[in-house]
Amino acid sequence: MKDYEVVIGLEVHVELATKTKIFCGCSTEFGGAPNSHTCPVCTGMPGSLPVLNKKVVEYAAAVGLATNCTITQDCKFDRKNYFYPDNPQNYQISQLYLPICRNGHVDVKLADGTEKTIRIHEIHMEEDAGKLIHDEWEGVSYVDYNRSGVPLIEIVSEPDMRSAEEVIAYLTKLRTTIQYLGASDCKLQEGSMRADVNLSVRERGSSEFGTRTETKNLNSFAAIERAIKAETARQIDLIEAGEKVVQETRRWNDDKEYSYAMRSKEDAQDYRYFPDPDLVPIHISDEYLAELKAKQPEFKDEKKARYMEEFELPEYDAEILTDSKKFTEIFEEATAICNQPKKVSNWIMGETMRLMKEESAKTGREFRAEELTFSPASLAKIITLVEKKEINNAAAKEIFEHVFAENVDVDAYVEEHGLKQVNDEGALRATVEKVIADNPQSVADYKGGKKQAIGYLVGQTMKAMQGKANPGMVNALLQELLK
Amino acid sequence: MSLLDYTAVELAAKIKAGETTATEAMEAVIAQIEKSEDELNCYVTFDKEKALAAAKKADEDIKAGKLTGPLAGVPFAIKDNMCTEGMLTTCSSKILGNFVPTYTADAVVRLQNAGAVIIGKTNMDEFAMGSTTETSAFGATKNPRNPEHVPGGSSGGSAAAVAANECFAALGSDTGGSIRQPASYCGVVGLKPTYGTVSRYGLIAYGSSLDQIGPLCKDVTDCATIMEAIAGKDDKDSTSIGRDDYSFTKALVDDVKGMRIGIPRDYFGEGLDPEVKEAVLNAAKVLESKGAIVEEFDLSLVEYAIPTYYTIAAAEASSNLERFDGVKYGYRTKEYEGLHNMYKKTRSEGFGPEVKRRIMLGSFVLSSGYYDAYYLKALRVKALIKKAFDEAFAKYDVILGPVAPTTAPKLGSSLSDPIKMYLGDIYTISVNLAGLPGLSVPCGKDKNGLPIGLQLIGDCFKENNLIRAGYAYEQARGRFE
Repeated sequence: MKDYEVVIGLEVHVELATKTKIFCGCSTEFGGAPNSHTCPVCTGMPGSLPVLNKKVVEYAAAVGLATNCTITQDCKFDRKNYFYPDNPQNYQISQLYLPICRNGHVDVKLADGTEKTIRIHEIHMEEDAGKLIHDEWEGVSYVDYNRSGVPLIEIVSEPDMRSAEEVIAYLTKLRTTIQYLGASDCKLQEGSMRADVNLSVRERGSSEFGTRTETKNLNSFAAIERAIKAETARQIDLIEAGEKVVQETRRWNDDKEYSYAMRSKEDAQDYRYFPDPDLVPIHISDEYLAELKAKQPEFKDEKKARYMEEFELPEYDAEILTDSKKFTEIFEEATAICNQPKKVSNWIMGETMRLMKEESAKTGREFRAEELTFSPASLAKIITLVEKKEINNAAAKEIFEHVFAENVDVDAYVEEHGLKQVNDEGALRATVEKVIADNPQSVADYKGGKKQAIGYLVGQTMKAMQGKANPGMVNALLQELLK
Repeated sequence: MSLLDYTAVELAAKIKAGETTATEAMEAVIAQIEKSEDELNCYVTFDKEKALAAAKKADEDIKAGKLTGPLAGVPFAIKDNMCTEGMLTTCSSKILGNFVPTYTADAVVRLQNAGAVIIGKTNMDEFAMGSTTETSAFGATKNPRNPEHVPGGSSGGSAAAVAANECFAALGSDTGGSIRQPASYCGVVGLKPTYGTVSRYGLIAYGSSLDQIGPLCKDVTDCATIMEAIAGKDDKDSTSIGRDDYSFTKALVDDVKGMRIGIPRDYFGEGLDPEVKEAVLNAAKVLESKGAIVEEFDLSLVEYAIPTYYTIAAAEASSNLERFDGVKYGYRTKEYEGLHNMYKKTRSEGFGPEVKRRIMLGSFVLSSGYYDAYYLKALRVKALIKKAFDEAFAKYDVILGPVAPTTAPKLGSSLSDPIKMYLGDIYTISVNLAGLPGLSVPCGKDKNGLPIGLQLIGDCFKENNLIRAGYAYEQARGRFE
């Protein structure tokens, strides 16, 4: 077999986090009874007209700036004409001739430590379509226009990726960047981020591209990896067998790990794009652009470097924390209060992530950092109380579980549940003496050289004091009294 | 003098003075509709009981001091391409034959806020595509001045209803002359405002970049008064343009001294009926005698207006009419196999031949490989036409010419030759391409007694120059009988 190289470009759709739709005032909230978030505009009623939601331009331009694009300061919308019932006007308002962002790039880091630049051809704004619901039993189809008019951006890369790893690195980078901007939550499973994979193979060293296919319906990073591997293999098999790759759109079935052809280039439609006469050209002024630039947040790479430098966090910690904007918000807020960066980091990477995992297992659905609602100030408070030895670690974990779940007031909870640590030597000594008296066997074991027997005695003391004893002091007292 | 002889403004004053009521006015209109509607077919939707109930409600509101607008109690007709909540809105097409909107067009809401009472919805060329009101799926409307002739179009139902006293005034829409030309054929006043002056929200689009709603009425005073009611910035229409001054009635002044009026030689060449030419030039002389400075000039590019217009309007229409597919509202074919077949049969059965012709033309000029050669080129010519007008308006306050090359043709004589019908739009369409305001005022009749219209064209946002000139001309002309 010859040595093949895979060439991949991505079309990534991202649903923007606006409260209302792109061309009307309807809510973008997920769910809701069918057609409950609709109006004459997003159902394509005769005579209705679109009015652009300015927040969409703001988000799209912000993503463009974050990905090093040139912003098209005079851009406009075009109509893409095609008949399908999920599209109430039978044209989608999109951008072809003057997309809002062009010629960008992102740099990604690969596992072997090398860096790679993935170029972005363009980013354009468009409206999402409704959803068709087929009732196989009745033999009828229904349309739900709740999603119709939800704002999207489509990020089109150049064919710069050469492996599934590069694709995932690029997508991860895009996702984190967009999440940092607050422009979208980028959930692949729920479809707020969707990637279509344009893939071709060629003999390594060739300067010509092979014939490409476009694979759709990829709902997770894992599915994208599997689909890339399968499509690469399929195309190589065809070429090796002397057959031709057909330019077509394929749909991936992740359960069967197989894709099938949806339509070939021959039935490609002529979308008859033309500027939408119902919308006026968008002018993005120099002042507005400068304002947007100034508003760009500190992104992951810079933040990670700063965490390592300013807070002296290990790279491992900094990498995990900066993966999620929410984690960084919790980290920065809690650290500002308690000034214990490493401890805060431990609490996030330890207890917080453990509870998130538990929650995911309970609901069967991934609990995401963005869903965390606990107060970082409460975490800071817990860390401070432990530091001041007012509560012990066991109590801290118990309190945190309640902070995590229901945001309880830390002081009130400590008070109510009597979790204040007992540091009074007199009270501790009395209890320890009683434990020694009640457990002659363990005492004998310890004195007989089984030093680990002291653990049992510490446990008994903690138990006698409902877990509130200062464990260090209990240990010291036991050692002293058993001498 | 019958109640029906009053203009809208005169009637509103009578109602306000307690000399008559909205109900009496509506009853008079209904009596007239019952007398002439069978022959003329001005309305697609007319519900006598609803119209009377609306008039009674208006009288109560007037009495209670709640309805005080300048048109309080005046019965109006609305062209059937403007959405009216709870009232059938068909665009005179089978495909919308059962369509009842859930909301009312912004211009109609504003008209109602000024006190207008809606009688019903008027007939039109299907989706406003036509110049005779013969492409309607619900039969042609006839010209009240001579029922063997067409009323013009596409707002033929509105123009005919005004001329036949089947309403006191009406709203129409104008994409390439659809208000001005039927106004001219029927002997009434019609204004196509500057693009962006009246909201298009709720107007079922034909050519979105060209469409404007405007009044059809008995005189220029009514015209200015209705404009004050319907014009205004609307946040629901992105192409709506706000302006500082929305007073149109202040231009109702009988004084054109020093007004510079240009007569484009290009509008008086081959194809213009001599009787029309004479009547229009006589009107110019009237204005000149009142102190206007009238001179001839060359506008240029006139011959390019028709192909440019039919390229742009058809392109936009082909896309605008895609939503009529049998899925959500309107007509759906009875039997079909699968989605594609449903689309095909619904649209084949639902649209008439002129609409299909323009959808095909529009789809063609937008298709891959032809876009640059046709659509893009048309946009460039449109910009040149606008430039030619800009140059003219550097010299003149008003451009004066005919509305149409002839008076109203006979019924059935136009549709067999669409190109000939399209050529009839030659004097009106460049006004839409350049986004300008244009006023049509009756200025005479031909030997058959058919009305002739004078067209006054102004620069963008300069409706008041047209209103002033039109008003001054009317004062000299006297009542148009």
